[in-house]
Amino acid sequence: MTPMLEAKGLVRRYAMRRGLMGRSVEVRAVDGVSLSVERGRTLGLVGESGCGKSTTGRLVLGLEAPDAGSVSFQDKPMPAPGTAPWRALRSRMQMVFQDPLGALDRRLPILAQVQEPLDIHGIGEAKDRPARAIEALRAVGLRPDQAARYPHELSGGQRQRAVLARALATEPALLVCDEPISALDVSIQAQVMNLLVDQQERLGLGILFISHDLRAVRQVSHRVAVMYLGTIVEEGEPDAVLHDPAHPYAQALVSAIPHPGRSGQRIVLQGDPPNPADRPTGCAFHPRCPVATALCAREAPVLKPRRGDGRLVACHVAQGDVAPAVTQRAA
Amino acid sequence: MSDMTLPAIAEAPPRAKRALPPPMVMFGLVWLTLMLLTAVLADVISPYAYTALDLRNRLSPPAFMGGTWLHPLGTDELGRDVLARLIYSIRMSLLIAFGATIIGALIGTTLGFLAAHFRGFVEQVVLALVDFSASLPFLILALAVLAFFGNSMVLFICLLGLHAWERYARIARGLAISAGSQGYAAAVRQLGASPWRIYGRHVLPNIASTLIVSMTLAFPEIILLESGLSFLGLGVQPPATSLGSMVGYGREYLTRAPWILLSPALTIVLTTLSVSLIGDWLRDRLDPTLR
Repeated sequence: MTPMLEAKGLVRRYAMRRGLMGRSVEVRAVDGVSLSVERGRTLGLVGESGCGKSTTGRLVLGLEAPDAGSVSFQDKPMPAPGTAPWRALRSRMQMVFQDPLGALDRRLPILAQVQEPLDIHGIGEAKDRPARAIEALRAVGLRPDQAARYPHELSGGQRQRAVLARALATEPALLVCDEPISALDVSIQAQVMNLLVDQQERLGLGILFISHDLRAVRQVSHRVAVMYLGTIVEEGEPDAVLHDPAHPYAQALVSAIPHPGRSGQRIVLQGDPPNPADRPTGCAFHPRCPVATALCAREAPVLKPRRGDGRLVACHVAQGDVAPAVTQRAA
Repeated sequence: MSDMTLPAIAEAPPRAKRALPPPMVMFGLVWLTLMLLTAVLADVISPYAYTALDLRNRLSPPAFMGGTWLHPLGTDELGRDVLARLIYSIRMSLLIAFGATIIGALIGTTLGFLAAHFRGFVEQVVLALVDFSASLPFLILALAVLAFFGNSMVLFICLLGLHAWERYARIARGLAISAGSQGYAAAVRQLGASPWRIYGRHVLPNIASTLIVSMTLAFPEIILLESGLSFLGLGVQPPATSLGSMVGYGREYLTRAPWILLSPALTIVLTTLSVSLIGDWLRDRLDPTLR
């Protein structure tokens, strides 16, 4: 079975100008990302701020056209953004935003906004739509009497539920969640994640779950991809990747999860956070990597299955091509 | 401590469903209604035709300044009734001010949305027009247009409509871009909405408050601009009359017959004040988060 959503070699560049008369610098926000999402499965995408997670999400949804590479959804290529077929496809793929208050129109009651995708795509009879919208609200745990409220009259968790209800109103096949819980309280985060899992079972949703919260990703994902500076550096089962990461960056990321009773093992990365405008040669991670070798600075590793367990990882050292460099701060 | 404050919160009075507007706004509404009625019913309520001469009663003072009730607000230098002229002036000035404000807002908002939607070349053209319009002294443009094309009411209103359009264009473009890059407009676009729906149903209501305030600022300006142009002889042509031209022509008799100038001046002040008050109140009313 081919995956429902398949992205191959996505590249997205932006031009950035420095200073008043500075020459514009090309920033590769996403640099050759391939991923696939299957029906009823969740792909978790993790990485630090600015590594291109959100841009990947927007490319996958077709909100932006990639500079290179292709996205196909249900075996059809993605239409150009803004065209009629692209708009029609929106009923099949939806997005959940980080900031629910910003994603809702503060001048319309919740009901009108949840009903809006039904109006836009002409789903059902016009007179039945309010009932369907209320049903969608009920499915995410909002009471029908809250439908008449305005966004600012709801709590943060309720707003995110309303956004989710709007996204699910057309019963889409794919949901891209861009940091859906990072603006919420911890207790609300759990509710929203459980809700996502429930709705996935109900509708057979494929979900691309973008987050920097590794525990949240582990809880909802069936596969996890770790991104660094616009590329995927490691991909695999969440338990495997998050318990036994192969890539040095993934190891550092996982070691940053606070654990009660564990101390002293944290890998603290050296050097500056990566700047996509000034990409290092070879492996993008090598200036900060504790085990980088001369090969890493010269040649960019490709994402391929590791010998042995077949884990997808883009690292010369993890692949066993070279012996890890010994540095004084390894201890 | 908390025992004392908690019940107070619980007993907070429910929001009043529909309270009367504040007194100043009530005044503005009443005054503006009066002005609109005057404008609509000018033919019925006017005691005289606004061109009718009464040469025996030239420059007669209004009733409350020792004149007769024959001419309640007095007469001008040709014996024309000030009240009758005021009533027709209100009709003329309201037509010009409302017409020009609405035309300006329509043109500006549309161009601003076009710039925000298409970006690129269209945006550059619109912004060049905005800069052009903002840097050109409007009076010179008006003089040129009226001198070349002659004077007609429609042309005059359209010309005044061009007066403040660049402000609406800037506001509409800026706010539409900020809404479109992230936030509700991006979310609705992502739902598959057509541009008509995004701009008409979401962006416009959200930025309407800013536009309305801008309109209430432009309204008095247009009344004053009309006065200036009429005074230069380029606006409303005699014998037709407007508030501005009444003030302009009454200026010569300021010391001997101040009533010619005072009643239209007072009308301008009260009308523009009313529009400002109502605009401010409307902006708050239209925003559900401030209710």
